Amino acid sequence: MKVMLAGAPHIPPISTVSGVMKQVLYALIPAIAAHLWFFGLGILFQIALATGFALALEAAMLKLRQRPLGPFLSDYSAVVTAVLFALCIPPLAPWWIAFTGMLFAIVVAKHFYGGLGHNLFNPAMVGFAAVIVTFPLDLSQWLAPRQLSPGLPGLWQTAHAIFTGSLPESLSWDTLSQATPLDALKTGVAENRLVTEIRDAPIFGDFGGLGWEWIANFYALGGLWLVYRRVISWHVPVALLATVVVVTVPMWLMGPDINPSPLQHIFSGALVMAAFFIATDPVSGCSTMKGRLLFGAGVAILTLAIRRFGGYPDGVAFAVLLMNMAVPLIDRLTRPRTYGH
Amino acid sequence: MRDLEVGEHLYRFPGGLKLRHHKQIACRDPLARPDLPEALYLPLQQHQGPFGEVLVQPDDRVLKGQPLSRARNDREVPVHAPTSGTIREIKPWPVSWPPAGEAECLILEPDGNETWFETNALENWHDAEPADLVEHIRAAGLAGLGGAMFPTAAKLRGDWAQVHTLILNGSECEPYISCDEMLMRERPGAIIEGGLILARALGAGKVVIAIEDQMGAVDKSLSRALAEHDPDDICRIVEVTTVYPEGGEKQLIQVLTGAEVPHDGLPQDLGLVCLNVGTAAAARDAVIEGKPLIERIVTVSGPGIAHPRNLLTLLGTPVSNLLAAAGGVDDDIERLVLGGPMSGLPLASDRIPITKGSNCILVLRRQDTRREQPVMPCINCGECVRVCPASLLPQELYKYLKAESHEEADSLDLFDCIECGCCAHVCPSHIPLVDWYRHGKGVLRERGIEDARAQKARQRFEAREKRITEEKEERRRKREQRERKLKSGGDARSEVQAAIERAQSRSTESDKDADQ
Amino acid sequence: MSATLSAILVAIGVMLALLLGIGLVLLFSARKWKPDEGSVVEQINRILPQTQCGQCDYPGCRPYAEAIANGEADINQCPPGGEAGVKALADLLGRESKPLDASHGETKPPIVAVIDEDRCIGCKLCIQACPVDAIIGAPKMMHTVIADECTGCELCLPPCPVDCIDLVPRRRPFIWPVHAIEVESPPGREPEHPEREHA
Repeated sequence: MKVMLAGAPHIPPISTVSGVMKQVLYALIPAIAAHLWFFGLGILFQIALATGFALALEAAMLKLRQRPLGPFLSDYSAVVTAVLFALCIPPLAPWWIAFTGMLFAIVVAKHFYGGLGHNLFNPAMVGFAAVIVTFPLDLSQWLAPRQLSPGLPGLWQTAHAIFTGSLPESLSWDTLSQATPLDALKTGVAENRLVTEIRDAPIFGDFGGLGWEWIANFYALGGLWLVYRRVISWHVPVALLATVVVVTVPMWLMGPDINPSPLQHIFSGALVMAAFFIATDPVSGCSTMKGRLLFGAGVAILTLAIRRFGGYPDGVAFAVLLMNMAVPLIDRLTRPRTYGH
Repeated sequence: MRDLEVGEHLYRFPGGLKLRHHKQIACRDPLARPDLPEALYLPLQQHQGPFGEVLVQPDDRVLKGQPLSRARNDREVPVHAPTSGTIREIKPWPVSWPPAGEAECLILEPDGNETWFETNALENWHDAEPADLVEHIRAAGLAGLGGAMFPTAAKLRGDWAQVHTLILNGSECEPYISCDEMLMRERPGAIIEGGLILARALGAGKVVIAIEDQMGAVDKSLSRALAEHDPDDICRIVEVTTVYPEGGEKQLIQVLTGAEVPHDGLPQDLGLVCLNVGTAAAARDAVIEGKPLIERIVTVSGPGIAHPRNLLTLLGTPVSNLLAAAGGVDDDIERLVLGGPMSGLPLASDRIPITKGSNCILVLRRQDTRREQPVMPCINCGECVRVCPASLLPQELYKYLKAESHEEADSLDLFDCIECGCCAHVCPSHIPLVDWYRHGKGVLRERGIEDARAQKARQRFEAREKRITEEKEERRRKREQRERKLKSGGDARSEVQAAIERAQSRSTESDKDADQ
Repeated sequence: MSATLSAILVAIGVMLALLLGIGLVLLFSARKWKPDEGSVVEQINRILPQTQCGQCDYPGCRPYAEAIANGEADINQCPPGGEAGVKALADLLGRESKPLDASHGETKPPIVAVIDEDRCIGCKLCIQACPVDAIIGAPKMMHTVIADECTGCELCLPPCPVDCIDLVPRRRPFIWPVHAIEVESPPGREPEHPEREHA
């Protein structure tokens, strides 16, 4: 009789890497749909481009590193990186933005560190940080949301803008683009205008930016589903959002003229997305439960500090990368007490 | 220290998994016996610890229940003849541990008569001395029937503080295994009586029987037996929530008391002793009927077997007999497991015999064990950390073990891992974590042995060096002394003279003796 | 122009001063906190496998440890310690690891000596050769190796006049394999119930 001598458990594990990654992708669908509604077709192009580049670069690196292509290309981890990156860049950003971003995300942040599971830094955020310092102008050209736009660019116009890097003659950046709410806030405060005054601009919605706040809601929706499915633990999002509230409430109460409200903070920029999809990246995050609380809180505090004192309107990417560096230390300091010790 | 309250309030242990039970399939048919096999294969060692002195030789005729080996202390456990017959051979035979390995077995050919050896019952156990009860249990060859096979007598006797509560573990938490459930349904009275006997042997005032909340019929049958056998209200039944691995000794104690067994201690340090319900029934048989441990209930189950059921099996019966008694196996079986799917031991052959700790034979087909992906790198998802009942960091242990930093893994409490398999079951990367932990523990244990050996060799080498130099020194000193004496002429000559005279006087004396 | 030059000179000066300062501090601390000679020997000796086989050309592990500490012997002369031993020594002494020097012998799996009781003439020569006193016996009486104490050094082989000592692999505890293995019933035995295969 031929039998397998393998260790326990003898029944297969209940999840797979690709299963986890796919669920993250499903959870992003509502936010992508909202993005599509408010900012037009650009996001679909960006996702397709980034995914294509990511998979090509992943395959090339696997080949170079003499690793099997099959299991690693089909694990969807590169796709998740690509989609998260695509959601962070302006919808009409030229194609080389996606290429540069994926070059840094997949080649530098992931494979130079040893591939899946070995990266110290969140690949999508490394890619984003790389393009925002390399192409600051392209990264600032955000479209105005549907309500404020004279008309979102169509299929051909979007393709033209992305593949040539310039708008078709019928369109101009002056009418299409709009400062993001966080940009407006940053420049406004720098010009000594009051927050309440800045907020009167049409780009602001009920809490955060017009359109943006709805996208944030859909990120939260997908994120909560992931928490429910136990793909991500509740620790990071709760710690992150709670810290934002705890830090900004007193500041807002003390100086509502110069400090935006907690809700404004949460519902603008990439905070909700970071809380559920970026700071929860398992590989570059903490693995102890207490560590995850600290990690989330750290991302929140650094993001707020960059928003308030830094040179960039939103600081999520840099906050996440900075906290990635602290992960080994946090993990070491938050080791749980073993049974019976 | 105030006695811990056991089972008054239920606590939670960290981690754990809710698994599909799969227990009922083996409980539909009543308990049956497999056919008497052509030969019984009795490993001399069926417990943790060394085996005793073998009392029989090939070609000896033995009777049912006759001791075949003798325990010289509490750590040794005797083996008894499960039926009457002839000892054919004592030779290595496939056994479950080490995997694919063999161990010395007594091979007994049954004669089919089932003639009993003298039984040795205690007349009135209610008044018996605890020491006599322990002695009886030891002579009956009891070792933990839950699977760990720890010598029961060694658990009952030791120099620890007063044990106040005996926990009878009936919460078999692994899927498929239902031998304890079957026993609690079929022989609830024996369990209660056994519990009372063991409590008396321990001097414990309370007995808590822990069962799972999903065992419907068991609660009723045990309660009925309780009313009949326990007039003093010593026993109580506690239903614990079914979360794997709540049946593990450490976890069960945590659930029942909220306290943790110290990592370098025993349940006895908390005033507790935890025994399997099957051990209690065996203790009852040993004391009241005077019958040694020669049979046990074994679950034969799994998707690869035709008629899953529980079988009352003589120890030493080969697994193949049990498979046949359960209707035979499917064509594409891939794995035979001793124990449950989460922490069981793979069997290399169906000729391996049932021993005192064999609770379940699980038959798995190829599709039941198939993995959807190859082993991938750890993605640090932390699921293993969430489910670990020992609050370890499984992924970090794995990283250190993979890097062969065994000392680091040791410092992360590798030895506190109970090998329950929860971490590996939730790992999306399909890393065989438990294999790594077992491997790491083995390496560290061997390293410990090697280190102790090296230090002993060093001491012996140094002692020898010292002895040799001392001997050299001694010789040198004596030679110098002699030389000094020779140099101081007169003395030496008179000494030689004296010696000659002594010799002469002795020879004259012996002449006299000869004359007489 | 001269301002730039002086700035460069100042920079070079500062760097040199720093270099010198740090160098002096390091030199001083290296002298002051020199590791204790005895403890170094002790630490080296702890790493050595204590086989006492003398393959390193020193009469035992401690003499070899002393020789390493004195710089007389290299760290790759101990075959029983193997590559792992060389690496541990290199780590301890802060040196570069190197392959084992093959001229001293090869690393073998652990062995113990066993005396064939029928052939032994009780000459006591092996008892004198054993570096750890692991052989017991009296003159003209059969000798026995205490397996637990034997280091497998093979030093008892050459003096034996009747070649009655064999070296057998030492029993090692089973270590769980990390990778699953497929077995066709236990090795070296025919299945007794071939019909079960189709059952």
